[in-house]
This record gives sequence, C-alpha cells and structure tokens, in this order.
Amino acid sequence: MSDVTATDITTTSAAALGEALRAGELSSVEVTRAYLDRIAATDETIGAYLHVDAEAAVESAEAIDAARARGEELGPLAGVPLALKDVVVTEGVPTTSGSKILEGWRPPYDATLAARLKAAGTVLLGKTNMDEFAMGSSTENSAYRVTRNPWDTDRIPGGSSGGSSAAVAAGLAPWAIGTDTGGSIRQPAAVTGLVGHKPTYGSVSRYGLIAFSSSLDQAGPMTRTVLDAALLHEAIAGHDPLDSTSIDAPVPVLAEAARRGAGGDLAGLRVGVVTELGGEGHTDGYEPGVLARVAEAVALLEGMGAEVRQVSCPAFDLALPAYYLIAPSEASSNLARFDGVRYGLRVGDDGSRDLDEVMALTREQGFGPEVKRRIILGTYALSSGYYEAYYGQAQKVRTLITRNFTTAWDDVDVLVSPTSPTVAWSIGARVDDPIAMYAADLCTLPASLAGIPAISVPCGLSEGLPVGFQIMAPALADDRCYRVAAALEAAQDAARGRALLTGIGSKENAPS
Amino acid sequence: MTDTLVDYDEVLTRYEPLIGLETHVELGTASKMFCGCSTTFGAEPNTQTCPVCLGLPGSLPVVNAVAIESTIRIGLALGCRIASWSRFARKNYFYPDIPKGFQTSQYDEPLCTAGHLDVEVDGETYRVEIERVHIEEDTGKNLHVGGATGRIHGADHSLVDYNRAGIPLVEIVTRPIPGTGAKAPEVAKAYVTELREILLALGVSEVRMEQGNLRSDVNTSLAPIGSLEWGTRTETKNVNSLRSVERSVRFEMRRQAVVLDAGQRVVQETRHFHEDTGSTSEGRSKEEATDYRYFPEPDLVPLAPDEEWIEKLRAALPELPAARRARLRDEWGISPTEMAWLVNAGAVELVSDTVAAGADPADARKWWLGELARRANDASTDLGELAVTPAQVAELIGLVSAGTINDQLARQALDGVLAGEGDPAAVVESRGLAVMGESDELVAAVDAAIEGNPDVAEKVRGGKVQAIGALVGAVMKTTRGKADAATVKRMLEERLIGS
Repeated sequence: MSDVTATDITTTSAAALGEALRAGELSSVEVTRAYLDRIAATDETIGAYLHVDAEAAVESAEAIDAARARGEELGPLAGVPLALKDVVVTEGVPTTSGSKILEGWRPPYDATLAARLKAAGTVLLGKTNMDEFAMGSSTENSAYRVTRNPWDTDRIPGGSSGGSSAAVAAGLAPWAIGTDTGGSIRQPAAVTGLVGHKPTYGSVSRYGLIAFSSSLDQAGPMTRTVLDAALLHEAIAGHDPLDSTSIDAPVPVLAEAARRGAGGDLAGLRVGVVTELGGEGHTDGYEPGVLARVAEAVALLEGMGAEVRQVSCPAFDLALPAYYLIAPSEASSNLARFDGVRYGLRVGDDGSRDLDEVMALTREQGFGPEVKRRIILGTYALSSGYYEAYYGQAQKVRTLITRNFTTAWDDVDVLVSPTSPTVAWSIGARVDDPIAMYAADLCTLPASLAGIPAISVPCGLSEGLPVGFQIMAPALADDRCYRVAAALEAAQDAARGRALLTGIGSKENAPS
Repeated sequence: MTDTLVDYDEVLTRYEPLIGLETHVELGTASKMFCGCSTTFGAEPNTQTCPVCLGLPGSLPVVNAVAIESTIRIGLALGCRIASWSRFARKNYFYPDIPKGFQTSQYDEPLCTAGHLDVEVDGETYRVEIERVHIEEDTGKNLHVGGATGRIHGADHSLVDYNRAGIPLVEIVTRPIPGTGAKAPEVAKAYVTELREILLALGVSEVRMEQGNLRSDVNTSLAPIGSLEWGTRTETKNVNSLRSVERSVRFEMRRQAVVLDAGQRVVQETRHFHEDTGSTSEGRSKEEATDYRYFPEPDLVPLAPDEEWIEKLRAALPELPAARRARLRDEWGISPTEMAWLVNAGAVELVSDTVAAGADPADARKWWLGELARRANDASTDLGELAVTPAQVAELIGLVSAGTINDQLARQALDGVLAGEGDPAAVVESRGLAVMGESDELVAAVDAAIEGNPDVAEKVRGGKVQAIGALVGAVMKTTRGKADAATVKRMLEERLIGS
C-alpha cells in the first residue's frame, strides 16, 4: 500500500493523483474513498453537493482498478474522481439544475462532456450545488441548500458554480466541472482560490447542459492548479456533432501550454490591462485589496518579460445591461419547457384545474424568485414592440464589445483584469439587492459576450480571502490563457515559497 | 348559422373576395428535422422520440440537411429567390404538444422568398404570388380522451403523442390573391392542387392529405366592390382536403357577407372548418393573440447555402407539372380542355404511364376516363387506388388492338385483373376470352343466325344492308361475345350479298 495519507490525497492535484494511479502507488478505490470520507465528514458544513452516490462511485473506481490490473490501456485521468455541476445531465443520476421544478428527475441520457469524462475513466463523486438554473453569483439562489466558502464559512462560494468551487476548495473533489454564462466558472473560482477557465464558445459541447443562455453557456474546468485545468479541459473539448454551435477544430493542446508557461518565460508577450475593468477612473465598486493583488500580478508578468500596456475598451461599460437583456431573453425561452407536462414537478393536477392553470401553478411553485425575475425580464425584452429597443440594442452592444476585443488583439496577445471586483462577501449580504449581485460579474461579462476564452487564476489574498486574476485571449487561443496563468501560478509559488494549495480549506493556514 | 348565409351569387353582387393561403407540408425525410428519429406514420405513440424531439433539458437540435435541400427545391420550383443567409427563429408559446415551449421555425429571415405559381381555372390563368417558403418543425398531437367531441372541452383527460413532433414542415405562404372574383373558391382549390402536383413531382413529400401531410390555412376577406381597402380576414385553420379548401372559402364569403350586410365588423380570428357541414366556427381571436416573441434560435447556426449548390439543385429539378402537361398535350394531340379533364380525374400520370408501357395515347385516355373512371366511381375510390396498373391497362389495350379480344371481352378481362386473377393475357387465357377466328364453330354460328332469322336475311338480301346488325348481334349472342364483330359482319355479307 501507499504511504500517502487521506489528507495527502485530498490535497494533491488531480494531475499528481493521475500519475500516482498510473504508477500503481494509489488505487482509484483508495482515492475515491478518501474523498467520500471527507465529504461525509465535512459536506454538512460546506454544502457543496446536491447528490452523492458513494456506492456508485466506489463501483466505478473498482472497475477502473480492475481494468488497470488486467493491463488495459487507460487514459491519464482514469481513476481520478471528479464532481459535476448539477446543470450537467447525467444518465440515471438525479439532475436538478438547482431547481425544485426538476426535483426527482433522472435523465435518460448523458451530456456529451459527461460521456467523455466517463469514457476517460473518471469517477463521478456527485453533483454539485448551484444557483437555480445557473442564475446567480453566490449559489444562494439554489432551491436546495446554502453552500459555504471553505475559506470562511460565513461567506459565499461565488456562483453560479459555487458547489463546484466549494467542493474543490474544501478538498471534497480534486476537480470539478462548472459552467459559465456570464462568469459562473471564473468568479466562484476567484473567490475560493481556484483556477477556473471558460473556454472559447463552441469549443466544449453544450449537449446535455441544461440551457440558461444558449449563446453564452460554456462548460469548463474548476481546479486547484493550472495544469489540472488544462488536463480537464482537454478531456471535455472537441467537436460534437450533437451541438450545432460546436466548433469543428482539433482539440487544443493545453496541458503542454501550461507546462511551458510554468517555465516562467513570457518574453515578448504583450499584455493589455483593461482600463474599464478596475483601471484609472473605473475603480468604483472595486476593493483596494483586489486592485493591489492584481497590480502585483501584472508586475510579476512584467518581471517574466511581458510587455504591459493599458488598453481601453469603452464598450465594456455597457456589458452589464447588455448581458442582463440577452441572457434573460434566451432564458425565458429556454425555461419554457418546464411546464409540468413531461417531467419534473407538476402542481395542481387534481382534476379541478385546466391545463393553463396547472402549467402556471407548476411554474409558480417550481421556480425561485431570481428565475422568475429573469423570465419576466426576458419575456418583456422579447415582446413585440420592445424587441428592437431591448434585445436588438443589446445585440448591437455585443457586437461593439466584440469589436473592442478585435481591435485590442492588434496590439496585445492577452487582456487582463480582476476576475471579481471584490472578495467573497458574507452570506445574505446581497440577496435583497439584485443589482449589487449582478455587479459581481462586471469583469467576466465582456469575454462571455464576445465568446472568447478567459481564465481566472489565484493572485493572492485580500483580507485573508482569495483574489482572482483574469486572463482573456482571442477565440480559440485558450492555450494562451493557460500559458500565462501557469507562469503567474509558478511565479507566485516561488514568491511565497509554497503553493497556495496547501492552505486551502483552512483560513488560518492560508498564506498571507 | 347555415340558414342565414347570403346566397353565393348575391355575395358577388356586393363584395369582392380576397384570398390567401398558408400551406404546411410535412416532408418525406427518413428522419426528423433536428434529430435522428424516424418519421414513419402510424407507429405506436411516443415510440419515435428521443431527448431532442421530446425537448428534454440539455438537448440540442441539429439540422436535417435533406430537409433544407427539399425546402430549397420547393422554393426553386416556385420560382423563389433562395436566401444566401437565413436563420431559424424560436416561436414561443405554451402548449403541451410543443415539447420545448417554443417551435423552431423561421421568422424574418426565411430560406425562400418572392416566387409565384400560375394556376388555371376554366381556361383562365391566375398568378399566385408566393411570399415565402420556410422550414420549421411539426408539433406533437394531442388526443383528448372522453367527452363527445374529441375536443379538449369536455374531455376526461388528454394524451400527447410526440411521434410527429419535430417532423420537418415546410410552410408556403402566398401573398393575397386579388382579382379572383366568383372563382375565388376554385382558385384556392386549384392552387393547392397544383402545389400538391409540384410537391409530388419533386418527390419531397408523400402529400397524403388524409394523413395530414398537407394542411392549408385559408385566409378569406370581403370588401365592398370598388372599395380601396381590403376587408378584415379570417383564417380557417387546418383545412385538409382539396374539396374543403374550396368549400371553406365559399362558406366564409357567404358568412362574412351576412356580417357586413348587417353593418358589423368581421372579427379577425382563426376559424375551424367542419368537414361534415362544410361550415366554419370561431376559434381563437387574433385580437387577443399570443405574442410569439420571435428571436433568432441561438442553438443553431445560420443557413448559408452556397450559390453552386443552389444551381446544382436548380439544374436537377424534374420537369414540373405545368410544363409536363403542356408537353403531354402536344404529344397526345389533345386540347387544353381535354387535358383539364385528365387533371381533374387525377389521370395524367396514369395515362402517361400507360402510354409509356406501349399503349396508344387515345386508347389510354379512353380507358382511364371511361371504363376505369366508371369502376373507380362505382367503388367510391380514386383512379390511382384501383387494383390495376398502367402496365396492365396497356397490355389490355394491346390485346384489343391485336384483335385477340374485343372491347366487351376486354371488360371481362379487366374484371379478372381487378379480382386479382393476374395480368390481362393470363386472365384471357384462364377465362377463355380470346376472339374466335373464322373457325367451323363461327361458320356454324353465322349459318345458324341466317337460318334462324330468315326475314332479316331476306331484308338484307333485298338491299336493307343496315338490318345486318341484328344478325351480327345474334352471332355475338351465340358465341357469348367471343366473336369479332367485324369478322362476323364480313362473313354475313359474303353469304347474303355476295360481294
């Protein structure tokens, strides 16, 4: 048996676990049990998971161990456990998208990315909590439970992929899949000290992701290291004939980019710091501690040979209103299928009510307040007579934002900014103020609207809480995000003398 | 309601009708519009479904390329402009038969626009302008259980069959068709008939109206004669037979005239057509209509058919019905009126196939419009449904012209073919129907006829040549129709006149 302790297992990177499994130093069952034990011990406090099937997880782990014992050819991720955001459809495994309206639904099929991860031999630990239908930035909009930030359990873990971020940060999963519509991978990653990458739109299949906003949704990795993120991303990327918006391009080489980046040579890399995202004249709502950590990170990049300049993207100021018209508009249509007729919740079907009443009651009781708010907003924006003024205008803003990026790429290779204007806030602090909640996505929205890749990588702490640094790159240049993120990660590790990772899960142990 | 209608001819003394049609055609593709499910008609409910056509959470559509090709071919056949860039749109509304809460359709960026179709009624040609041809998906089918009417009101419960959900549906929309006057109902019918012929020629749909492959929404309005503005229209939904198209226009004209005569306003609404009474009844009022909140479908990429492909499809279009009819008219040497009879009888293809199988065009027409039309009529069925193939008809005609059988025997042979006894030659053989040659038996029969009718024979000998018919008849009777009348006549003449 291996001399690795359970604590070691749950603090080891997924890449290292994969190597240990391949080398026979660890079995998948050992690794899986270590995580299941930790989930059993701490998830009551953290609240990261909506569904854990320990038995099924151990069974898959045993199957992988047996296959390995038979000498079968296995991929690099085989036997490594993982968690999926509950927006990912999984065959036979409850999938709710954080909503009561889907309570008890067991899908008859697997999302493409779930099928790919299954085929890669990963072990599903469970499905993680999220804001209902991915609408939110704190996971407080979950219809099921509160999820707490492992760095400070009185604080939010970000959202909407807050279950995934909390699970990985708390050592309840080595890594996890999240989805990002306006920042739902990057912001929770930032506030829990993780790496989170939103891939180029169309590079990861959306087939089997319960749609929030179809033109924006992308799934991606949430991990403790940049290399892990690259490995997980490679496993889910690639063309899918079941998704018409899937890009028919070769799977990008990302892990290699991360390894190269970790070498710390950024000579000649042109880095643009976005003025509109926390720069001069645009600091309202940004915490000084966040801006300080971001400035230090920029200095680190410069120290590795990058050429840094300021870049102005004026249309970014319009990203928030544009996003909050486009996403709710698409959502109002995407969520119309939840009518109680075919699956999930049905309310009031007692023979005394007609069809319209049953549909209305089902939706009234099945959806939470934030979901209703966005359905109403989107329905209004698409209404005859308002369409041009709202949805139409928002699409034009989207085009302007895309042009800002296109212009910027003439001068720089990547654009950088804070991921979130603030560190994790206290649970409950923004629930009555949707606008304050929406402002959490200020920095992440432009990349979403333009469909370009963006990564959040930890860049230190402010008031003892993690700060995220966002790196954006042109469409299909996801490898650039990984290269720069890995360089920054390595530089910080070197600067601090130890990896951020070791402190995760306990505020007291956090590096300062 | 019906008893208060204005007389049709009277309607036309005061009002001018305007009609327009929206026709939905289910394409005959093997798989559905956005998934791989089968489209076979009549399968057990909900057996031809998958996560995509059930609209399960997370599922996504993928466009059926054959359906796009078919839509473009329909557009080309109707002389439309094919858009170089076209998008799908979501039409949002709640109903159990649309699994996603929206129908994936096309809105302001249809695949085909600005075409036309010429139709002929009573020798006059009417040009029907086509506004657009677009592609969308069909809905599922609600089945209301219990209650008397089969409608939702009064039903105990409702079931939904999603087998039809997602079948590719092409919508063909005309512009308003002015100037049809008294012929409005016939023009509407002629348009759908001609459209159906085109769809059949293209092979894009089976166009079985009784299976709902082709359904028309018929818009009708009336305006006072000389008025500069058109009247308010009603939309009669899902009219699914050619005859009903005509009847629905006629009924709406007569009904709307009642409303207008009374100084009231026609309500813009959808109406249901009732096959049994030929009447329409009010449906949903458009004035309180749903706002469909159309927006571009984000799950699908725009369609951008390239010019080269379109030209290839154009070049490969089959001969269209109108051109085909003109050519056949020429080849068969018949008048437009005669061709119209064939069209109305649904016999053009049958005659054409019969000619192709070797028959003389005149004989083929005679058989299909005569004896076979009679048989179909007696059996209350369409010509095409008769259990005889054009090849068999051609064979029958061949046997007659070779003198093997005569017309009367041919009818008996047809009886055998329709009874499933085999091809005409086989039936002639098995039933012993061949015409008698100048055999001893025939000579005996001729002699017997003269002996048996001495007075008639005497008249013929005396110069009353036309009296010979009675003798021919007698011979035919004794030979049970197997003799050839001309041969018999010649034999009688030889004996009585000696020429």
